[in-house]
Amino acid sequence: MDAITFLQFDFPSILLGSLAALGCGLLGNFLVLRRQSLMGDAISHVVLPGIVLGFLVTGTVDSLPMMLGAGVAALISVGLIELIRRLGRVEPGAAMGVVFTSMFAAGVLLLEQSGAGGVHLDVEHALYGNLESAVWLEATGFGDLLRPEILADLPVSVTRLAVVNLAIVAFVALLYKELKLVSFDPLFADTLGISSRLVGTLLIVMVAVAAVAAFDAVGSILVIAMFICPAATARLMTDRLGTQLWISAGVAVASGILGYFAAALGPQLLGVDMSVSAAGMIAVVAGLFQTVAMLLAPRYGVLARRRLQRV
Amino acid sequence: MPPWFEAFLSAFLLSAGYNTAVVAVGSALLGAGGGAIGAFVLLRKRSLVSDAMSHATLPGVVLGFLFGLAIFGDGRSLPLLLVGAAFTAGLGMLAVNWIKANTRLTEDTAIGTVLSTFFALGMVLLTVLQSLSVSGQAGLSGFLLGSTSGMLASEAMTIAVAAGVVALAVLAFFKELTLLCFDEGFAASTGLNRNRLDLTLLVLLLAVVVIGLKTVGLVLVIALTIIPPVAARFWTERVGRFVPISAAIGAFGSYLGACLSASAPDLPTGALIVLILFALFLLSLALSPVRGILSAFIRHRRFQRIVHVRQGLLALAHDEPILEPITRRLMKRRGYVTGDLRPTESGWSAARRIARDQALWNLWREDCPDEAHALADWSLRPIDEVLPRDMVADLEARLGLKAEPARGATA
Repeated sequence: MDAITFLQFDFPSILLGSLAALGCGLLGNFLVLRRQSLMGDAISHVVLPGIVLGFLVTGTVDSLPMMLGAGVAALISVGLIELIRRLGRVEPGAAMGVVFTSMFAAGVLLLEQSGAGGVHLDVEHALYGNLESAVWLEATGFGDLLRPEILADLPVSVTRLAVVNLAIVAFVALLYKELKLVSFDPLFADTLGISSRLVGTLLIVMVAVAAVAAFDAVGSILVIAMFICPAATARLMTDRLGTQLWISAGVAVASGILGYFAAALGPQLLGVDMSVSAAGMIAVVAGLFQTVAMLLAPRYGVLARRRLQRV
Repeated sequence: MPPWFEAFLSAFLLSAGYNTAVVAVGSALLGAGGGAIGAFVLLRKRSLVSDAMSHATLPGVVLGFLFGLAIFGDGRSLPLLLVGAAFTAGLGMLAVNWIKANTRLTEDTAIGTVLSTFFALGMVLLTVLQSLSVSGQAGLSGFLLGSTSGMLASEAMTIAVAAGVVALAVLAFFKELTLLCFDEGFAASTGLNRNRLDLTLLVLLLAVVVIGLKTVGLVLVIALTIIPPVAARFWTERVGRFVPISAAIGAFGSYLGACLSASAPDLPTGALIVLILFALFLLSLALSPVRGILSAFIRHRRFQRIVHVRQGLLALAHDEPILEPITRRLMKRRGYVTGDLRPTESGWSAARRIARDQALWNLWREDCPDEAHALADWSLRPIDEVLPRDMVADLEARLGLKAEPARGATA
């Protein structure tokens, strides 16, 4: 692999995978702490009917109306989940299951009936994403990384994810104290005048934004994995939220890079000439990180706990 | 009659051919099994474990295909694919339990981890399969969203029989599972092994998920075990009814969905079944007499009317003007006031009765301040209906009012 093909074909995909992983991974910390891990799962499923509707209304595969549709669908689903949880007096998980399966089913039916399936809009695409299709043909050497006019030719999905990532970092940095309080002790937060409901809603809105921005490029499965695995890994390594955020960011980016190389080069190392799904491999690598942490983490790993019990 | 309706009707009446009939009956059995087992799972608050299982089937399906390819030269054997699916789904289920029991991570995180990483592994295996470019792999994408079109008679039969077995197994374990869900401690004291029973529950859930893969698809199959019980929650509070109602909703919705999808070429079975189940859920939400939106609305309106009429009559008794438009309308409709808001004869007597009632209630409130919390409900009703007769008589005597002889007061 020489430098130019790397820059033209591999670099944009790696960037895309890592950016998606980083944004979702950071927000995932709060979902994991608030026991809302599956909100990412639910939101990335309900995005489908929104996208299809966005397409049907405008008739183009332009991403802006489709993303708007997706965002609206995500917010509607969150409201519905809350409504069913209250009226039906069922656990949030069951309410979530009702809403996201039904909305996903509506999306599938719309897709099949409208014939939108022909124009790259299909369910498999929504699940698996299309990470490998990102290219940066204008790149001619590493010097281009510093030249804004050529950087501007990076795929629009990269730019979009970069902007969303900045927004996520700003959100976490600005509301750090509030998010921390609300995640660990919502009642105490309320007594301090920090509305746990408002902060919770803002968090879910950010999750929806991140999911919608990322899933077009990397597919909803990788989005779900990134909301959970890096944060869960970090949670096993430390008790301090600040450290946890840094670890999760590191794990997310490392999964993005290692997963991509494993997918692109792994089979060749094994002597087989093929390449496997990069999005899938990134999620698998993130799962491996978490497995290692579950077994070997210094204090909360299974082995460390066993040793403590024996003493 | 439009042609699609004719097609639907013949499917509905099981006269649209052998395959369609087997698919429809199989779907109904699966829906019944899913509804029943889902009801227990909902009571155990573990509804979304099925989500982890269904996504964890993907690597198993691909492995089953590869295995069949290596041994028999053809991967398209439904039983083999389902065995593979059950294998990895079982691993996923054990992984969820292990993470929950052995690490500090909570169950939702465990479910999310398993569903995303197992499915991602399936995606990787699927791309391996694609680069092998063997025939028949296109059928695998049918597992994602489910499809009954082009299903072989033997496949439909396999699914119907397996679904029937699951439904029977739920019946066989009905008593034990009920005990487990309602009184774990008692269940344990009668010698039931709680962990084994919990595992039985999950294995039955797994069976529903795996059998449903081909018809409903792995993304949507969990709806079979989640929507019917949530809908059934609106109809009853008793488990003896809850589980059968949930099973009935599941069976009916799945049957209807399967028949509808047979009525036109482009209707995905899984999506239709889920949407019909969702429609049944919405109906339950709207119409249930216990918790439904409609009945809550009617109750609210009735309460509102009682309060307004009572306030209006009190205003009459105290010679105050009635200002609220709703109160005015209700008073006119009952004939308590005339069109220009002058009290009628019946209005006066009702007002006197309510004023006496209110005075008695006020006195009682002074007597028993501790029970004032009950007044929110009680004091809208005539005091004679709520309190014992001698108590009312005593209150009346102290108010200095004469007890009305018609009611045969003892004072």
